[in-house]
Amino acid sequence: MKTLTASPGLITRIGAPISVMVAGVVALVMVACALLASRIAPYDPTDLASFDLINAELPPAFSADGDPRFLLGTDNQGRDLLSAMLYGARVSIAIGGGAVLVAATIGVFLGLLAGYYGGKVDAVIMRVADVILSFPTILLALLVSGIARAVLPGAATAEWAPVILICAIAIHEWVQYARTVRAATMVETAKEYVRAGKVIGLPSRRIMLRHILPNVMSPVLVISTINLAAAVLTEATLSFLGVGMPPTYPSLGTLIRIGNEFVFSGIWWIALFPALALVILVVAVNLVGDWLRDRFNPKLRVKR
Amino acid sequence: MSTLQPPVLAIDDLRVEYPLADGSVFTAVERASLVIHTGEIHALVGESGAGKTTIGNAVMGLLEKPGRIASGTIHIGGKPLDPNKGSAEGVVLGRDVGAVFQDPMTSLNPLFTVESQLTETMRAHLKLDRAAARARALQLLKDVGIPEPQRRLKAYPHQLSGGQRQRVVIASALSCDPKLVVADEPTTALDVSVQAQILRLLRDLADQRGIGILLVTHNMGVVAQIADRVTIMHRGMVVETGPTAEVLRHPRAPYAKALIGAVPRIDARLERFPVIGEEGKGRAAEARAVLRSKAERTGAIADGGPILSVENLQVEYTTRGVLPGSKGHRFRAVDGVSFSVNSGEVFGLVGESGCGKTTIANVVSGLLKPTAGRVTYRGHTIAGEGMVRCVGPLRQAIQMIFQDPYSSLNSRMRIGTILAEPILFYRLASSKAEAAADVARMIEAVGLEADAAQRFPHAFSGGQRQRLSIARALGARPKLIVCDEPTSSLDVSVQAQILNLLKDLRDATGLTLLLISHDLAVVRQMCDRVAVMRNGKLVEEASAETLFSTPQHPYTRELLSLVPTLDRIRGEAQAA
Amino acid sequence: MLKVFLSRLGQAILVMLVVSAVSFVMFRFVGDPVASMSRESATIEEKTELRRSLGLDQPVVVQYGHFLARTLSGDLGISYRNQRPVTQLIAERLPATLELVIVATLLSLALGIPLGVLCALKPNGVAARGVQALSLIGISTPTFVTGIVLILVFAVSLGWLPSFGRGQVIDLGWWSTGFLTASGMTSLLLPGITLALYQLTLIMRLVRAEMIDVLSSDYIRFAKARGLPARYIHFRLALRNALMPVITVTGLQIGSLIAFAIVTETVFQWPGMGLLFIQAVSFADIPVMAAYLLFVGLMFVIINTVVDILYAVVDPRLRARSA
Repeated sequence: MKTLTASPGLITRIGAPISVMVAGVVALVMVACALLASRIAPYDPTDLASFDLINAELPPAFSADGDPRFLLGTDNQGRDLLSAMLYGARVSIAIGGGAVLVAATIGVFLGLLAGYYGGKVDAVIMRVADVILSFPTILLALLVSGIARAVLPGAATAEWAPVILICAIAIHEWVQYARTVRAATMVETAKEYVRAGKVIGLPSRRIMLRHILPNVMSPVLVISTINLAAAVLTEATLSFLGVGMPPTYPSLGTLIRIGNEFVFSGIWWIALFPALALVILVVAVNLVGDWLRDRFNPKLRVKR
Repeated sequence: MSTLQPPVLAIDDLRVEYPLADGSVFTAVERASLVIHTGEIHALVGESGAGKTTIGNAVMGLLEKPGRIASGTIHIGGKPLDPNKGSAEGVVLGRDVGAVFQDPMTSLNPLFTVESQLTETMRAHLKLDRAAARARALQLLKDVGIPEPQRRLKAYPHQLSGGQRQRVVIASALSCDPKLVVADEPTTALDVSVQAQILRLLRDLADQRGIGILLVTHNMGVVAQIADRVTIMHRGMVVETGPTAEVLRHPRAPYAKALIGAVPRIDARLERFPVIGEEGKGRAAEARAVLRSKAERTGAIADGGPILSVENLQVEYTTRGVLPGSKGHRFRAVDGVSFSVNSGEVFGLVGESGCGKTTIANVVSGLLKPTAGRVTYRGHTIAGEGMVRCVGPLRQAIQMIFQDPYSSLNSRMRIGTILAEPILFYRLASSKAEAAADVARMIEAVGLEADAAQRFPHAFSGGQRQRLSIARALGARPKLIVCDEPTSSLDVSVQAQILNLLKDLRDATGLTLLLISHDLAVVRQMCDRVAVMRNGKLVEEASAETLFSTPQHPYTRELLSLVPTLDRIRGEAQAA
Repeated sequence: MLKVFLSRLGQAILVMLVVSAVSFVMFRFVGDPVASMSRESATIEEKTELRRSLGLDQPVVVQYGHFLARTLSGDLGISYRNQRPVTQLIAERLPATLELVIVATLLSLALGIPLGVLCALKPNGVAARGVQALSLIGISTPTFVTGIVLILVFAVSLGWLPSFGRGQVIDLGWWSTGFLTASGMTSLLLPGITLALYQLTLIMRLVRAEMIDVLSSDYIRFAKARGLPARYIHFRLALRNALMPVITVTGLQIGSLIAFAIVTETVFQWPGMGLLFIQAVSFADIPVMAAYLLFVGLMFVIINTVVDILYAVVDPRLRARSA
């Protein structure tokens, strides 16, 4: 029934289920808190003067031996856990966002080229992509940070950690963008509006950037949401494994790593709260991403 | 026809509704009634959105969710269909009702053999054992005229041609001797010659096995050829019903009259198509006059001399081999084709799918490079051997309009931007404002309102988009427009309007048209000269009058004899 | 069939050449092997001697040739960290990782496929919604968090299962297995589940999406119109079509499971290749990293080649093309 399908490009009536709305709000609030960490955090965990070993390993304020100054307790160095988490979330989100941005830029560009020109250009780009896909994200990321560690002098490793992490994650993620954009570009290139542009004689660059690019952007946005969640997870995993952010400038993953060493001695909060924050953030972003994908994926849409 | 037996299918006052997300209700079918007796083919015909497919689905209990039968009754073999269950007591879908769908390419599961797909129905409904089901499947394949049935049983769908697949689908529908078959556009995806065979098969089934067939179609020619009775639908309502000859010859309802009038005839050429409520013509004439004066200023138009000539054109496609160095398969899509088009005429290129006509369109419009031969425009070679250096300005003279109006306009750009693109690219306007004025004139010239420029493509219907697509082509101020199946995805009434528009533009501005089509009737109505293609070669070229009255080549004659047309109505031929 | 096999083999060799080149470049140019391998107090003469004995004074192409030759003969160099042949280190650790991966793959297939089908057939049912929600949490929870939680619950609080190591293993020549002892099996449970969870959600989601897609296809509509029983349509017809891509993805996932095992092995102190690798990364132990890279590349290529051939056997369309 043609008459029943909504007209394309109509996002005016979003009609998302409540769970997705809630997830969207949660994700936004968490991102906002993280970005405003320096304004709203009770302490500055990067300032050595602000914490004291005397306060180390204090349980959360609401438990029996809690200290009202530290709502979620303190870590092994006496840092306020809530503040560390806010700053940590900021690091996690910045690295995740950075990786997504870098990966999307590279991937969209190469995907457009491969899809539009086909032939040798396509073959070369896609073979490179295939080789990279032979290696899971986490392995490539570990390799990149391992190599960076070997190349950079010890002190610089910590300083450059965010950049290394962004590269380490993006080196794998761009492939997904390139493949998606390539497939979409091939579909669009076969469409008659592109043929019309070619008949007029428009230069390829103009056809690609002005005509095709806007038409392949919606899957890119969907992937970006899901990839942001994945990138935050990868960063956390790397930091947990000890090759990510250093303990002096911790991300959520680093905090969990620190906490993991104390879990068996009954000091559960250092690992638990950062882990909870991480999972809630990623669940929220994934929920929105899933919904977007189901909405924009023509494969899952009811056919005419 | 015994009146003692209950009709195979009786639909009375049916109403089908789709509750929408916003709480309102979309009525897909309203007050529909029809009766099918044993051995009768009843055509349900109408344009897209008329509700004909919905009725077919309702009969089979396959309404897409959340569609529901709101009121009225359906009796299959005298037994009432329960609107909640979607089936009738004692009537089993697959056993008593068979189904044939439109696209034989997708109706068969690619992972199972023909045998498996044929026998599973029989084993489920008739409780046959493997050997019995197999024997019966073999017989069925013979009955539907598949060569080497023994071997085909073991075949997978992808190893069969489109026509063979549709025969397998029909065999499968017949496997349990149903009394009723619902055939939804069974020949729409097929070529003319295959379509003729399948139609003959359906007719034989009705005559010899006494099966009642509900034939859902949009093609009036098909109706005329095999249906006993016809019901015409429009926007969910039945507008007319009766014996085929009576309805087609003397339609009473205004819509039925208009619809039948809009069907292109193959027996005689008309000046214009009679149309139902043509889109507002408004300032079209004025705008076209301006176009004409501009065209005259830039050079002589429609002098009748040769404008385009295709010489010994050859196009080969190579599929790449698996291993490096291994030779791929070569496929010659166009094989030594020559013809020339005179200024001001409409030249038709006609043939079945895969004959190479679209490949030629692509070469002429510069989308594809030929393997050998050449194409010249007013003496300048624009493709192939000896191509002139600076093709750009010559390209401007040749523009194209496409088949699918839903993909030929970029949905992310405003109409104004899309239409201004060729004008600005070829510097035909000195300023953006002048370009905008030009765009407005183009839009008016194709019979739309100038404010269309502000909107996005999705705000327009298929026919309107096709008009806009034509307006874009006009923007480059071409001398020749290549029309690649310009109306084959449009409803027949819209097709009539677009064809009229092309004729008007040709008359008003002296354009030359190269019309690519598979539809002989459209070619008959539009073209001055026609070339017929088959397997990459040109088999016959003649003036339209000559070609249609005294075809020379056997292939042309065969094609002409196979086209289902309105002027050959079943029953009348036998009576005469 | 031969054609498919040959073309796959060609691609596999190409991928392995690229991987070995990367691995060589790492080996040769990243960090200073001489500095890593000699004591801080080593003299210049000692260092030059070491450089020559490692062949680092020859042209790069020759070095790559030697590298390839040595690699093919199974010599992957000596670990900087513990001065033992890398091949030996990997061979020791291989069984532990592979057993973990096998358990995880079986678990994820055994649960993922039925759950995916359930979600596709009854998308609005309570069970399907529950599974969907759980899958979302599953895909959003990092493996190490899952591992820690499982340890806390089943090892620390309940004390039912061991929290680290492989338990008692039995040596079968060059393979040490934990499948044959009770403690080996119980030790496999927690890490196996941890590793499987993420794959399970992936497979479940894939099966669901494919199944929904197949169920809306024309041939399934046609099967319905022939009145075939729903059970037959769902499980004999649609499921087979839906499982085709699952073959590919499972193949791909086995490769990434080997890598994901790095995290699981770290959490559970599982003595596999992942643990070896992560230690190599922290110590910039390049020979071990390079060898691990080569090994994962090889595993991936082998699995993919097998999957492609399997695919050609299962799908009649490909079978015909290659015949």
